[in-house]
Order: sequence, then structure tokens, then C-alpha cells
Amino acid sequence: MSELTFDHVTVRYGASTVLDEVSLTVPDGEIVGLVGESGSGKSTLAKAVVGLAPVHGGQILLDGAPILQRGRMRGRHRPVSMVFQDPFSSLDPRMTVGESIAEALYRPRTERLSRAGRRAEITRLLELVHLDGGRAAQLPGQLSGGQRQRVALARALAGRPRLVIADEITSALDVSVQGAVLNLVREMQRELGLSMLFISHNLAVVRYVASQVAVLEGGRIVEHGPTVDVLGRPQHDYTRQLLAAIPGGRPTQTTKETRA
Amino acid sequence: MTNRWSRILRTPVGIVGVGLLTLVVLLAIFAPMLWGDKAGAVDTENLLAGPSAKHWFGTDNLGRDLFFRVLVATRLSLTLTLVATVLGTLIGLVLGTAPLLLGGRLGRLVTAFVNVFVAFPGLLLVLVFAVIFGVGARGAVLAIGLAVAPGLARLCQTLVAGVAGLEYVAAARVAGVNRFRVMARHVLPNVAEPLVVNVTITAGAILLSFAGLSFLGLGVQAPDYDWGRLMQDGLSGIYVHPLAALAPGIMVVIAGLAFNLTGEAIAGVFGISATTGLGKALHVPTGETPAADLPHDHAVEGDLVLDVRDLSVSFPGVHGPVRPVRGVSFGVGVGEAVGVVGESGSGKSLTALSIAQLVEEPGRVDARHLRFCGTDLLEAPTGGQSHDKLLGTSLAVVFQDPMTSFNPTMRIGTQLAEVGRHHQGLDRRSAFARAVDRLRAVRVRDPERRARQYPFEFSGGMRQRAMIGMGLMGSPRLIIADEPTTALDVTVQSQVLELLQDVRREQGAALLLISHDVSVVADVCDRVLVMYAGRIVEDVSTADLRTRARHPYTRALVAAVPDMTTDIDAPLATIPGHPVDPAEVPVGCAYAARCPLATDRCRREDPVLLSGPDGGRVACWHAGESIEAVTCEEATA
Repeated sequence: MSELTFDHVTVRYGASTVLDEVSLTVPDGEIVGLVGESGSGKSTLAKAVVGLAPVHGGQILLDGAPILQRGRMRGRHRPVSMVFQDPFSSLDPRMTVGESIAEALYRPRTERLSRAGRRAEITRLLELVHLDGGRAAQLPGQLSGGQRQRVALARALAGRPRLVIADEITSALDVSVQGAVLNLVREMQRELGLSMLFISHNLAVVRYVASQVAVLEGGRIVEHGPTVDVLGRPQHDYTRQLLAAIPGGRPTQTTKETRA
Repeated sequence: MTNRWSRILRTPVGIVGVGLLTLVVLLAIFAPMLWGDKAGAVDTENLLAGPSAKHWFGTDNLGRDLFFRVLVATRLSLTLTLVATVLGTLIGLVLGTAPLLLGGRLGRLVTAFVNVFVAFPGLLLVLVFAVIFGVGARGAVLAIGLAVAPGLARLCQTLVAGVAGLEYVAAARVAGVNRFRVMARHVLPNVAEPLVVNVTITAGAILLSFAGLSFLGLGVQAPDYDWGRLMQDGLSGIYVHPLAALAPGIMVVIAGLAFNLTGEAIAGVFGISATTGLGKALHVPTGETPAADLPHDHAVEGDLVLDVRDLSVSFPGVHGPVRPVRGVSFGVGVGEAVGVVGESGSGKSLTALSIAQLVEEPGRVDARHLRFCGTDLLEAPTGGQSHDKLLGTSLAVVFQDPMTSFNPTMRIGTQLAEVGRHHQGLDRRSAFARAVDRLRAVRVRDPERRARQYPFEFSGGMRQRAMIGMGLMGSPRLIIADEPTTALDVTVQSQVLELLQDVRREQGAALLLISHDVSVVADVCDRVLVMYAGRIVEDVSTADLRTRARHPYTRALVAAVPDMTTDIDAPLATIPGHPVDPAEVPVGCAYAARCPLATDRCRREDPVLLSGPDGGRVACWHAGESIEAVTCEEATA
């Protein structure tokens, strides 16, 4: 895993500036949470990393080297992978789980994976996200939302990425499933040393998985620091507003005994 | 997929279409082999003869038998049609997929090119190309193939653009799959069905065009002949021997029908989704609902704005009716705020919709009674009027998606005023004035100007306000809000929730708030109904929700949501297994399969929703039992 750096990144769509000189670092092996409201540019930042949004100024570096060099992004092996919000549209309904993962498998130029090797790798990835290896033959339609999101995560890991971008990966899931996916994200980070840019509008979710938090407002980062500081002692007004708006955020008797 | 294709053969249209198509294809293959000689044989004794026992359809000016000529012409007619269809489809596909494959400026150029050509009438293109490529079969094929290409290209572009915007295509691109593979593996298979349908129907049109061109003398030239050519030959004697011209015409109709009916059948089968397809007449099972005979949570009926007893909603399914709501009973008191929580598929939204009388066919709502302000909504109203007026003035509904709950072509103020004009008999001016006033009531700034704006000029939060304002056009006794803030940002969400609270206070209206988010409900409501698999499993006051809930599902639901005080060192509580599919509700307690407390009794007997000592209700054989031991075990496992 490695370090991702946004260096004064600007993205414009026509006349409107969506990201305005954003600088942010995702350190090696850490999860950085990115919070903000819709329209703040969260998803655009994610898209810019994988080349799905046009970067007009600044650069995005992975371990010091520009990530968006043409040759690098065109190649077979992409250093960054992405998990999308909606598990119902992020898997091709006509491809089995195994085929979807196989498509993203890491394939070095020199060696070709044998059929058996590929199957073993797919099983390994599925088991990594706590799915049975036999699921490889199933179509997405046979899986629940949470299971699909796990497949999406397995696919993201299949390319042996150096960094994973998670764009609102739990917001389309039921609360009962959200917990399982969040646990999985933390487990991946601990076991694989995954660096991750974790985008969410849900502060409680970000607090749970991320070690650092960046707050994005109107295309600018207004506050950035360790999770404990940013969410515990917010400096910027906007961060305070966000915190105040959380439902159930007014501290009542919700203490640990609740979740015994 | 294969059984879908075989379903085509089970529809009457499909049987006729495919049957005719098979017949025409068989004729095209075998007719020239079997009857080629007879069709070419010259019978000088019978020139331009009428129908007879020897020549069923008569003969042409060289005495050749027209019956056989019509049959033999099938091959050429069909071949030309198919070649032109293939040509048109290929060009259409290339042009249609080019914008995605080329991308950027070049792609836009192709799109513009196609757009220009779509604007020309097909017939004009055919005639122009026919002149360019010269008279004859080859020219006609090129002309017709090119003429249908722009239409197919446009269709293809639209379909491709629709699929290309989906996340799995983005995911594949992020994974490093190149454009051509993305096109071949992800895009084309997913647009194939509508394309096939369209190409089939286009083939029918092409057949007709060929007949037309040959008839005009621009198509097939002697000594070759297709149906169009035969029609032209027969035209001169149409008053003497009408069959000579009509017979090839009839064949054109049959072959055209074969293509169109087949296309129509394919379209029909692929248009129907598997769940609603082939719906049989719906027999709604009354079913046993143990909750029905319960004492109501509110003893005094006069205090209830809403009184629901044994409500169930059913839809026809492939294997018999499905009941997503199975016997729900509850009451909402005057001015009370009641929350409904549950996972997707728990039936919470359908419960709300059935109260607002918004469940659409073929869905069916049944209940012992469904009283709103003392009127049973399921009984036919007295005096022949509908319940619309009551619902229109006393019930307000706020939906999840503020993007789709307004008509995008009408001004916000006009849409609000419509309620006033329709239900309160206000004239246009005073209705609009009331609309402005109501927008002000929901804290829309500068309401006079805002009322004249269109929905797209409103942000999501503003639209939700306007939606609440629409509910306030009357004097609502009950506001039903179905996930009103799910599509909104947190800061906007808290404003909208606050507004709902204010409105409740000012109007004395009751609130039924449906949400998947326990904390939203806990913030706003007095009481929470927890739904699982179409039933209420617990009815608990919000004060008790976090600490004293008794159903294991409620407790799991509360524990599964991280909040700002969650211990970040411990794994989050999760609920194992899947929610229940409404089509396959198990015997016994629906939650048993996921419940740490489940025993054999739970898997056998359905627990009844019973009132507890503290006023709450719970449906569980093990209500209130400790699950601590089990969760600890899980955490360490």
C-alpha cells in the first residue's frame, strides 16, 4: 500500500469549479475519511483519482509519481481501485460474481494465470470478504445488497491495488448490513494494511473507520486532522454545523450499557 | 434468459409470428429448388391467362405460372431484406457505439452526424441513394441499408449511453478494462434485447420498402424477380386478373406480419418483469393474523386520528399472492408522533401508502378497519362521494424523493394552489395567495418569488418544505412522512425534521414518520413501531427504545447503527442472515433464523403482539431475555 497525495487539485465542469485547489494526503496504511454535503465535491475527488473526472489544475500523486499519466492509466494494472455506492448497479447483472472479479484480477505482463490459479485467487478473494467460494458461480441478482457490496470490495482488491477509494459504500445498505461492511473495511485495513479514502456523508460511520478526517465544503477542504480532534474539537464552523445536525447527536443517556 | 425466449412461443402473438416466419424461411430455402423450373417454364398457349386448374393464379405475359413465381420469389425478397437489415444494423451499431469508443470531440462529431441524418425522411434517403447507387438489386440493398442505419444508430446510441452511465461500467474502466472490451462484455449484452426487437421490426419495414422500390422499377430488374417486381408486372392487368398483382402483395403482407409479430412478441416478453408477469386473478388470502384480536393500544377510540386493525397488503406473484404486509394493527392519537422503522422489505412504506390509499393495482389492501378521523377508508363512503376530499384536506403525505414528487413542468405555487382549488373550492387568486402563505409557513424565504418558480429551481430540502407546505393547504390531522430526509444532507435533514415538529405543534397534527434510521425516529417521535417481515414486532416508546426495548430485533437494530459515542475499538454489532423475502415467509416467528434467542417454539409458532406492563407491545416468545451472553460469544468468535 502507498501514499496518495492531492496537490492543489482543481476540477471544473464548464464554468463551475467543483474542486478548488484541494490538497490532501492519504498516508500509507491509513483510512482517511472525507465528509461533506452533496455538491461539496466528495465524489468528484474520488473520480479524479481514477481518471473519471477531468483535472484542470494541480496533480494527484501516488508515492510521489503522478497517477494520471496516460500510459499508466491505460495499462492493465491500475494502482487504485474503487468501490461504488450502489451495489445494485455496480455489478454487471449478466456476469457471474467470479467473472466480475476475474476481470479486475491482477495480471502481470510476464506471467499468465492458469485457469485453476485464477479460480483459486477468486475463491481466496471471496473468502477474504467472508463469502463462500461457491458464490463465484452466482449472478448478482441472487445476492443481497450487503453480499453484493462485499463482492464489489473483493473486486476492488482483486487488482492488488495500492489504494482503495470507497465512495459512500454503506449509504445504500440497510443498517443491519452496514455494520457488517464497516467491520469488514476495518478488518481489511488491519490485515492488509490498506490505504483508503473513505467518502461518506455519515459522520458516525466515518468516525468508526477513519483515523483522519477531512471536511469538504464547496470544493475546498475546510478542516483536516485526526478523527478524534476534528469530530471531538471541531475548529471550523461548518464542521460544528455538521456535528450539530446529526440526529440523536444531542448527547442523552446513550452510553455503553445500551449496547451490552 | 433461455426460458424467456421459450416464453415467446407461449404467447398467441409469438406462435403466429414465429410460425409465419418459419413458413416464409422454409419457402425461401426450398421453393426455388422444388419449383424453380416450373416458375421459369414458358407456356405459350396461356399468355396472360387468368386463374385455372392448371395455373392457379394465372400466367404472365410469357405464360409462366404465377403461383410458382410468387413462391420462388420468396428467396430473393427475403435475401434482399436480410442483407439490407444486416447492413443497416452493422452501420447502426458502428455509429451507435462510436461515441463511447472514440470519446471526446470525435464521438460528439459522430453523434451530430447521426442526428443530421435522422432528420431526413427514410423514403427520401432511399430514393437519393437508389439514384446514387444505380437502379438494380445491389443499389436497392445499399440504399435501404443506409437509410435505416441512422435510426438504428440513434437508438443504439441512446441505449449504450444509458448503460454506459451505470456504475459497473465505471467499475470495469477503473479496473483497467479497455473500451472495446467494456463495450463487448458489459454494454452490448445489456442493450441486446431492445436492439433485437427493433431490428426485427425494422426488417418488416425493409421488406415493404423493397417491394416498394421494385414496384417503382428502382429495385430488382428482369430477369430476376421479387414480390415487388411481380406486383408491377401484374399491375397492368389488375382489372382483368387481379390475383396476378394481389398474390405477391399478400405474400408481402404475410412476411411483413411474420417479422412484426415476432418482434412484437419478443418485445412483450422482455418488457414484462419476472415478478409481475403472467399475473393470475388475485385471490387474497385473509390468512391468520394473531394480532387482530388484541386489545388496542389506545382504549378510547375517539382519541385516535388513525386506527388501523389487521391491515394487510398483497400483490399477485408468480407462485400465488405475496403479502408484504401481514396483519398490522396500531393507532395514532391526536397530535401524536409515531415512528415506523425496519429494514427494506419490512413493509413499512406499504403500510404508509395503504393508509394514504396510494397502493396501486394489482396491489390489494385489506383490513378489519382502517379508520381515519373516524371514517373507515375501506368502506364505500356515504352519499356516493369518494374519500378524496377527506384525504385531500386532512391528510398530508411527504415522500422520500423530492425530485419526483412535483410535476417538473408546473410552477410550485400553482401546484400548491391546485389543492386549494380542488378540495377547498377556492378561486385561482385566493388559492395562489394561500399557497404563498403556506410556503411562508414552512419557512421558505421570499415565498412570493419562490411560488412562481419551477421545481428544478428548488433545492432538495426546499422541495421537501414545499411538499410539506402542500400538505398544509388543508388543515391536516395527520402527516405521513415516508423517509422524508433520506435523500437529504444531514444539515438539511435536521431542518426538515425541525419543521415537521413545528408544524405538528402549530397545527396539532399527528405524524407518522417512516424511516430506516432509528436515530431520526428517536429524535422526532413519541413512540416507535418496529416492523419485520410485514408485521409489527415491537411497539415501544422512544424513551425506552435504546435502553429497554424487549424484542431481540429491536435491540439488534439499535446496536447495529454506529453513533458518535460508539466504541471504536469493538466490532459493530451485526444481524446475521438476510431479511425475509415476502414471498417466502417461514412458519413460526419470521425473525427466528437470525435471532440469538430462537428456540424450537419460535420456529414452530408465530408469536402474538402482546401488551406489556409498561404500555408497550412486543411479539416475541423470549421478550426481554438477555442476549448479552450470545453477543459476547459472537464478538470473540
